Amino acid sequence: MIQIERLHKRFGAKTAVEDVSFSALDGQITGLLGPNGAGKTTTLRMLYTLLQPERGRILVDGIDAAREPLEVRRRLAVLPDARGLYKRLTARENITYFGQLHGLAPSLLRQRTDQLVHALSMQDIADRRVEGFSQGERVKTAIARALVHDPRNIVLDEPGNGLDVMAMRGLRDFLRQLKGEGRCVLFSTHIMQEVAALCDRIVIIAGGRVVADGTPAELRDLAAEQSLEEAFVKLIGAAAAGALA
Amino acid sequence: MKPALVVYLKECRESLRDKRVLLNALLLGPLLGPLLFVVLLRFALGHELDQAERPLPVVVIGAEYAPNLVSALRQQGLQPLAAVPDVETQVREQHVRLALRISAQFADDWRAGRPAQVEIIYDSSRRDGSQFDRLRSMLENYSLRTGAMRLIARGLLPSVGNGLLIATRDQATPQARGALLFAMLPYFLILTTFLGGMWLAIDSTAGERERQSLEPLLINPVPRGQVLLGKMLAAASFSLTSLTLGLLAFAVAARLLPVQRMEMSLSLGPRVMATILLLMLPLLLLIVIAQMLVSAFAKSYREAQTYVSLLQLVPLIPSIALSVLPLSPQLWMYSLPLIGQQLAMLRLLRGDSVSVLPLAACTLATLVATGAVFLIAQRVYQSERLAVNA
Repeated sequence: MIQIERLHKRFGAKTAVEDVSFSALDGQITGLLGPNGAGKTTTLRMLYTLLQPERGRILVDGIDAAREPLEVRRRLAVLPDARGLYKRLTARENITYFGQLHGLAPSLLRQRTDQLVHALSMQDIADRRVEGFSQGERVKTAIARALVHDPRNIVLDEPGNGLDVMAMRGLRDFLRQLKGEGRCVLFSTHIMQEVAALCDRIVIIAGGRVVADGTPAELRDLAAEQSLEEAFVKLIGAAAAGALA
Repeated sequence: MKPALVVYLKECRESLRDKRVLLNALLLGPLLGPLLFVVLLRFALGHELDQAERPLPVVVIGAEYAPNLVSALRQQGLQPLAAVPDVETQVREQHVRLALRISAQFADDWRAGRPAQVEIIYDSSRRDGSQFDRLRSMLENYSLRTGAMRLIARGLLPSVGNGLLIATRDQATPQARGALLFAMLPYFLILTTFLGGMWLAIDSTAGERERQSLEPLLINPVPRGQVLLGKMLAAASFSLTSLTLGLLAFAVAARLLPVQRMEMSLSLGPRVMATILLLMLPLLLLIVIAQMLVSAFAKSYREAQTYVSLLQLVPLIPSIALSVLPLSPQLWMYSLPLIGQQLAMLRLLRGDSVSVLPLAACTLATLVATGAVFLIAQRVYQSERLAVNA
């Protein structure tokens, strides 16, 4: 479970994240939705302890990220915005490297890698060098690499970026499978359809603030719109108007 | 397995698959120095030897006034060339290297026992001063000889005319003369060390950031100091390999040089090589971590390459200072990283031994400096700016 409380972050004079609070529960998929530059990536980077918040608190399974960053990282799988792989290593070697950094025993690591290769249908690319992989194959490898230590909480920053329809569909099935295993899945996106198809709970961020938080049905009601897309446009529009006023 | 070891093994494996790294660290780095060295030295040595044995061509004006002088000079290796008009201009414009003018009064002065005048016309701005020196010493020899004969003819001891008896006794051992020749060798070895680790130091820091794999790496539950340590040791391993190959190449190169002809010898036996490797080990770590620190400030691989190339010029400063300034090594100099190693290497190559105290001072000081730079680098790698600069 991930709890984020009243997070603030500034870069110089610019406030990137202001008073952001939300929770992502186990056995649910939570979508962090917002336009580009809304503060999604910055919020997630604070969650996985790459950035230090100026104020606020982050709890992962009840553990404070500011006090025990290494323990929090151990409990998270992260697919960051930057997902560079080592192109001179094979997919399996890339996954193994991160598993070793997590301190997994060799036999367990081999078992986990085989599981992930199977779950993400990577059998035919697992022992090829990453150089020359398609975007979809890269994302799969990066996800497998992030999940190698079998954590309860999964954080993905714009996982759909650059994926074609089939790859996206595969990814959705995989996230549902993770949810079915009782894990907490949190992902960010600026694409409406991704959240609509997948999320149990949606947090809408605009201009560094949370403007709405609820189930898809609740959000439709909140904006008094039939479609989620209209609700989204209306909610972030209201935030933008509020910022101007 | 310790995280630093995991990082180390991965960096080594990845680099061994990179042709560019292999080419630079294991081939060009170790071989370029010795090759350049042999070619330059062969050229310089060959030149020097030939000059001393070859006849000295000199334009002689007024040879007819002093046939005895000219034939005496000829015996010493002078090769008289026919006179040319306006010899001063010819020398200035570098058509003629060296000219000797014998005055028309020579014969009269000679017979009267007065000093007879000869002029050497030369250009001191030309690089080759040794020809002028040869001609001058030939003339001085002749002058002394005839002077002595005149004194004998007058019943005096020739030694009466000498206020001083000057003897020069060169205390340089054959090895020491060789070391003068090889004064640049420490710099070449330090350069090899630079080149050996450079590619990995850049690739595993600025390169990793440019390829966007630094952020995922730093999300792992591993202290950054461990990551840095692993990368440093990987780069240091390549640097050490490069240095070892470079030393072996120099040992082979030393055999190809005509050092025997120059009565020189250079000790580059297994013992000296092992001592040099041991001596260079702390410096190698310092160089690698400095390269990684500098790379951390670069936004891209290319930018890092520029910075690191500039860093490479730093060891040139003590090299030049040591070869130009006649400094006698003091203990405190050994405790300066870069300078200490160069001093010690120079002594070792001369066949001298270096006592334990300077070696210990050199090693200790370099290790302290390495630790300090490591801590600075660690701080830089902790900063938020570094990880998220996408």
